[in-house]
Amino acid sequence: MKRMFTCIICPNGCDIEAEIDGQKILSLTGHLCAKGVDYVTQELTDPRRTIASSVKVTGGTLPLTSVRVTNSIPKDMIFHVMNEINKRTLEAPVSIGQVVIANVLNLNSDVIVTKNVPAIRD
Amino acid sequence: MICQAVIIGGGPAGLAAALRLKECGIEDILILEREPTLGGILRQCIHDGFGLVRFKKSLSGPEYAQRFIDEIEVAGIKYLTECTVIDVTEDKIITAVSKHHGYLEIKAKAVLLTMGCRERTRGALAIPGTRPAGVYTAGVAQSYINLQDVMVGKEIVILGSGDIGLIMARRLTLEGAHVKGVYEILPYPSGLPRNIEQCLNDYDIPLHLSHTVVDIHGQKRLKGVTVARCDESLRPIEGTESFIACDTLILSVGLIPENELSLSAGVKLDSRTRGAFVDEYYQTNVEGIFAAGNVLHVHDLVDFVSLEAEEMAAHVASYLKSGSTSLGNVSVVAGQNVGHVIPQKVCGDSDFTLSLRVRQPMKNVSIVVAQNGQVVFQKKMRKAIPAEMIQAKIKAGKLKPEGDLEVTVQ
Repeated sequence: MKRMFTCIICPNGCDIEAEIDGQKILSLTGHLCAKGVDYVTQELTDPRRTIASSVKVTGGTLPLTSVRVTNSIPKDMIFHVMNEINKRTLEAPVSIGQVVIANVLNLNSDVIVTKNVPAIRD
Repeated sequence: MICQAVIIGGGPAGLAAALRLKECGIEDILILEREPTLGGILRQCIHDGFGLVRFKKSLSGPEYAQRFIDEIEVAGIKYLTECTVIDVTEDKIITAVSKHHGYLEIKAKAVLLTMGCRERTRGALAIPGTRPAGVYTAGVAQSYINLQDVMVGKEIVILGSGDIGLIMARRLTLEGAHVKGVYEILPYPSGLPRNIEQCLNDYDIPLHLSHTVVDIHGQKRLKGVTVARCDESLRPIEGTESFIACDTLILSVGLIPENELSLSAGVKLDSRTRGAFVDEYYQTNVEGIFAAGNVLHVHDLVDFVSLEAEEMAAHVASYLKSGSTSLGNVSVVAGQNVGHVIPQKVCGDSDFTLSLRVRQPMKNVSIVVAQNGQVVFQKKMRKAIPAEMIQAKIKAGKLKPEGDLEVTVQ
């Protein structure tokens, strides 16, 4: 069976044409690098994505900080991870790299802060 | 106040330019930024995918910006925030107003224009209908959600398939809104293919090509929009209208370089890019005034904004050291299938980069750069799409002193 993929790994966004049999790749054309092979393999067996969102911050110069997952998570877990992120609040100051949720839902990925928010000086 | 190099705008272009100037030995640098913190639009671009070219890592916008801001602090480069430039003259006198320093007049030896771009609005499209609340540009919605913690709506229609609109389709969905569809007047998407995939397809958000919004309904709050199919000349086809109930319309219909200050300084603009005419040193028609980044032409990736600003800064440094750079005599012309090309004038004494966009999606093409019928550069590409900026690096000494340089895609 033929199936088209748009590789999302880098901005090249290669259009990859794959000849597949179930989860097995028979042939691939259109990818500019080996990452395309990995991407299609993963799409067929265990599609994963990264997500970014926000977490409320109290006592900071901004009401929010931004967060992201450190490793990609299974596609069908995206909204479950969003639920976990939405339960959290942080107290300023927060800084980039700070772990908000370690190993979120046992998915081998941390949710980390991606924006420094200093505390308001009174 | 007198200053060697004044940088207007502390976003990705301004920050990269400042660091490169310092590396090239320029000490007297001042960045002027109107927001309370440096970083520009990256502060609200919380999704990842930034820095893949530069850092070989997928960072969020704020992280990408912070890498530069940290270096600015370490290098001790001066900057003023909450400082809005209100005028720049041909003599390079900059007038600014600052919350902390009041009215400022700065005489600069070189001015670096790095103001970025702004969004096209409903007004630019002249969509008929009422004027209810609930109609936002994608960047404004992004600022509400990602910076101010304000959700913009529940039932969303997006007009235009620019990258920010696609990113917002995903962001709104993650925050619990229902994105009913993205409508694009052109027969192909305006955003990058990977964003169509990971922002729309992943969340089953339909993309309707050759469609546009022809009416806006609602008094206080948006009640819905009428969409219609469009013909090849982008005119709505009668009888194809349908009503879509929604409380929010997000517009992602293009970006315009922010050049009000450039105009006040006498900088001439290219009607195609809506940015300045520049030579290969990124110098405008006004000696000592340079431009790079989205203020010059809208880029697809921030990594390329940083790179372009660094190239500009290296040339600004040699201008400040040697006194002058000569405008080239060779005009660069956007030929067949090319929407625009930067720079517009070159002399070819040193290596330079041409940045261009194609007019429509094409497959198996060649980028051909020729002067007086002689090919000076050629590159094969499997696909070329308007959403992606294409670059061609031309080596020094390839050009004759006279004769237009024509860039075509065949």
